[in-house]
Amino acid sequence: MSLTHLQRLEAESIHIMREVVAEAERPVMLYSVGKDSAVMLHLAKKAFYPSPPPFPLLHVDTTWKFRAMYDLRDKAAADAGMELLVYQNPEAKEKGINPFDHGSLHTDMWKTEGLKQALDLHGFDAAFGGARRDEEKSRAKERVFSFRSANHRWDPKNQRPELWRLYNARKAKGESMRVFPISNWTELDIWQYIHLENIEIVPLYFSAPRPTVERDGLLLMVDDDRFRLKDGEVPVERSIRFRTLGCYPLTGAVESEATTLPQVIQEMLLTTTSERQGRAIDHDQAASMEKKKQEGYF
Amino acid sequence: MADTLTPEAPIYQTDALIASDIDAYLDTHQHKTMLRFITCGSVDDGKSTLIGRLLYDSKMIFEDQLAALEADSKRVGTQGQEIDFALLVDGLAAEREQGITIDVAYRFFATEKRKFIVADTPGHEQYTRNMVTGASTADLAVILIDARKGVLVQTRRHSYLAHLIGIRNIVLAVNKMDLVDYDQAVYDGIVKDYAEFARSIGITDFTAMPISGFKGDNITGSSANTPWYKGPSLIEHLETVEVDTERLSARPFRMGVQWVNRPNLDFRGFSGLIGSGVIRPGDAVRVLPSGKTSTVKSIVTYDGDLEQAVAGQSVTLTMADEIDCSRGDVITIADAPTEVADQFESTIVWMDEAEMLPGRPYLMKIGTSTVTATITEPKYEVCVNTLVHQAAKTLALNGIGVCNISTDRAIPFEAYADNPDLGGFILIDRMTNRTVAAGMIHFALRRSQNIHWQATDITREHHAAMKNQTACVLWLTGLSGAGKSTIANIVEKKLAASGRHTFLLDGDNVRHGLNKDLGFTDADRVENIRRVGEVAKLMTDAGLIVITAFISPFRAEREMVRSMMQPGEFIEVHIDTPLAEAEKRDVKGLYKKARSGQLKNFTGIDSPYEAPENPEIRIDTAAMSAEDAADAIIAQLNAGWAYTI
Repeated sequence: MSLTHLQRLEAESIHIMREVVAEAERPVMLYSVGKDSAVMLHLAKKAFYPSPPPFPLLHVDTTWKFRAMYDLRDKAAADAGMELLVYQNPEAKEKGINPFDHGSLHTDMWKTEGLKQALDLHGFDAAFGGARRDEEKSRAKERVFSFRSANHRWDPKNQRPELWRLYNARKAKGESMRVFPISNWTELDIWQYIHLENIEIVPLYFSAPRPTVERDGLLLMVDDDRFRLKDGEVPVERSIRFRTLGCYPLTGAVESEATTLPQVIQEMLLTTTSERQGRAIDHDQAASMEKKKQEGYF
Repeated sequence: MADTLTPEAPIYQTDALIASDIDAYLDTHQHKTMLRFITCGSVDDGKSTLIGRLLYDSKMIFEDQLAALEADSKRVGTQGQEIDFALLVDGLAAEREQGITIDVAYRFFATEKRKFIVADTPGHEQYTRNMVTGASTADLAVILIDARKGVLVQTRRHSYLAHLIGIRNIVLAVNKMDLVDYDQAVYDGIVKDYAEFARSIGITDFTAMPISGFKGDNITGSSANTPWYKGPSLIEHLETVEVDTERLSARPFRMGVQWVNRPNLDFRGFSGLIGSGVIRPGDAVRVLPSGKTSTVKSIVTYDGDLEQAVAGQSVTLTMADEIDCSRGDVITIADAPTEVADQFESTIVWMDEAEMLPGRPYLMKIGTSTVTATITEPKYEVCVNTLVHQAAKTLALNGIGVCNISTDRAIPFEAYADNPDLGGFILIDRMTNRTVAAGMIHFALRRSQNIHWQATDITREHHAAMKNQTACVLWLTGLSGAGKSTIANIVEKKLAASGRHTFLLDGDNVRHGLNKDLGFTDADRVENIRRVGEVAKLMTDAGLIVITAFISPFRAEREMVRSMMQPGEFIEVHIDTPLAEAEKRDVKGLYKKARSGQLKNFTGIDSPYEAPENPEIRIDTAAMSAEDAADAIIAQLNAGWAYTI
C-alpha cells in the first residue's frame, strides 16, 4: 500500500506537533483564522485525538481583520475544545495605529511587536506557525524548528541542520522556537486537503457580491464603516473572493465567480499570479520578508 | 528563448481537464504519491537552472514572480538578457549578493502522477553538511555533470555522500548537452567513466540521461536533439521510481513512541509515526528496551479506528494490557524485535565549527529517545575528495569518520542501512544546544552484549559503613594558580585528623602516571577528566572521601563526572580566583611561559575556563587564606551535606 502525498504530509505534520508537545515546556499555536491556520488546527486535532490539542490558540489581533474572521475564530476554538487567547498590542491601541495612517508601522506594531509581547507575556517557548516553504524564497530555507534569540531575532546564517525526522528542540533559557508543521505543503495541497477533509474556512474565500473600492491596483473590500473613502470614491458591489486573508484594508481581492471549493481550486490552478500578490506587505522592498523575519515577524 | 519555455509534453496539470471537470482533476490529484529528491552539483553544473526549469515547466511560477524574475535576470543575471532560472531558487538576500547559495532549500512541484520535494544544496565549503542534511530525507539523488567537463572530483564527492546516506536511486544527469552539440560519444564516455567509479564505491545501479536544463532537452519528454537516447526523460523517471516508504512497509513493524495519549483514566494510547512494517489489531508486540509484551487492541485515529496501518503513518496504538511504555520506547512486532545495545560502530558526519571531542558526553537523539553518548577517536577519517581512509584524532566541520559510540543506557536500534528511523541519529552539544553531528549506526559492538555487570556481595554502602562515613567527592575546580592543591591538601589533613578515610587526587600527580599519555589539547583535557572521574567513582565505591584538585575547565566534563556519582555525592567547589590575581601569583611560572608563547593551550590564556554556574561551594580566595578556605569547606560539609564529619 502506497501512501498518497497528502497522507504523507499529514503524517509528517502530526509527527512534528507531537515532538513539540513532548519536548517544549509551554507550546502555543498561532492562529490567524486563514486557510493555513485552519489546516494546522485540523491537523492538531488529529495529532492528539482523543485528547484535545494540549496547548492554547493565540490570535495576535490587529483589530482590523475582516468581521467574518472574528466570527470563525471564536467558533473554531470552541469546536476544538481549546483555550483561545487574543492579544492586542496596548501601545498600538492607545496610539490608534491603523492601516490608513501608518503604513508599515501598522504591521510592525500590531503584528510583529504584538506577537513578541504576547509570547513574552505568557512565557511560551514554542509557537506553531502556518508558514509554508512554497510561499516565498526566504521561507524555502527556513527550518521546521526555527530558533529565536531572547529578543525574538532570527539568524538565517546560524540554523541547525535538520536530518531525517530528528528535530533538535533544545534551547537556552529565554530562547524560543517557531515551529512550522506545514512547511512542506503547497497552496494546492492546502486547498485539496480542505476539500478532502471538509474543513471549515472563512466564507470570504468564496465569491459573493461585496462592497469594494479599487485603490493602488488592489481591490479592497469595505468591510465596516472605519474604511476611509477618498474623495470621489464610492463602494461598488463586485463579485469577489480572497486568496489570502489579513487586515481588510491591506488585503486585495480577486474578481471571481467561484462559490464552491472545487471552483476556487479550479481558478487557483488556472490563475497566473501567486497568492502573495494580494498582500501589500511583500511589495515594500526586495527580500522584505527575510528582513521582517529577522526582526521577529512570523 | 520563448519556444524552449513551452513544456514539451502534457504531463503537467492539464488545463483542459481542470477547466472542464475540476472534480475529476481533484480526484486524480488526491491519489498522487510523493517523491523527495536531492540535486547535487556545483553552481557551474547548472543545478539551479535545472530546478528553476522544473518549477517553471510545472507552472509553479506565476506571472508576478516571472516579472520579478525577468527584472532580476537583467539586473544580476548571468544569462545576459535571457531569463536566468537560477535566480528563482537562490533565496536569501545575502546569498544573492554573493551569487551563491549557502544552505539547504526545499522546492516543490507536481506532475499528474506525483508531488515532488526537491532539496537544493550548494556546492561550497559547507557542502558536506548541507548535502547530508538534504539527502537524509531524499528517496533519490540527481547527480549533475557538466558534459564539457565530465566526471570531476565533486562528482565523486556527491556520489559518495549520496551513497553514504543510503540513497538507492541515483540519476546521472549529463547536463549542458546543448554545449557539446548533443554528441553521443561525449555522453557515452562520461557514462562509462562514471560507471567505473560508481562500482568502486559500491553503487551498483544508476540511471544516466543526457539533458539540457537550460534548453529543456529530455526534461519532460524525449528530445529531438538526442535521437540516439532511448531512455526516459528526467520527469518520466522521477514519476515512476519506487519510494522508500514502500520498501520500509515490507520490513518488521517498528514505531518509536513520541507521546503517551492519556485524556482520561479510561484511555491510554501510544502515539508515534510508524517507522517500518504494518500493524493490525490483535498483533502481538514487544516494547523495547524493557522487553514487555502485549497485544494491539486498536489503532486509534481522528478518522476512526483502522484495520491496519503502514510505515509512514502517524497513529495512536492502544494495548490489551496495562503496559509500561513511555516516550523513547520502541514498539516492535513481538516475534521480530530489534536488538538492544549500548555500544555501536557508526559513521559520524561532523557539522559544527567546534571540532569533535572524543570522550565528551553529547546528547544523542535517535528515534524518539535522547540519551547521553560519548564517541571514541575515529578509527579513520574519509577524505571526501579522494575517498582515502586516513588516520585522525578528531573530526572537524564537514569531517566524516568511523567511530565507536557508547550510550549511557541500552537503546533499541537497527543498522542504518536497514532502517534509517532506528539507525540514524544526531548529536547535540549539551552546552550550546547546537546539532553538532549526524551519525549512522553500522552494528552493535559485541562487547556491549558480552560484558555484564558482575554483582558483588560487599556493596558500596558496606564499604562506607565500615569506615563509619558517607563517601563523597569534593571536586575542586579553578584556574591554574588559584590554590586548589594547597587548599585540597589542608582539607585532607583536617579530615584525616578527625579520623576520616580520604584520598587526594591531584592534577599534576595523576599526569605523572595514569594520564601521562595525555597532553593539553581540548580532547586530551576531556579524557583526563573522564579517567579521573572513573577513578574517583571507584574510590567512592570503596567508601572513601575523595578530594580532587584539577583545573577541569569545561562544564560538560564536570557535569559528566557528577552524573557518574550517586545524587548528592558530587560536591563541586569553585576555587574562585580572578585571572589577574592567579597570573600575578604565578607560583609555577606557567603564566609567564604561556604569555610568551612557550606554552600552548593554557587555561585562561589561549584555552577557555568555563566557571561553574551553581557550585555547591564557592571559595573566594581574595577574601580568605588557604587555611580559612579549608575550614569553610569543612564547615559547609558539616552544615549542609546531610551528615557530620
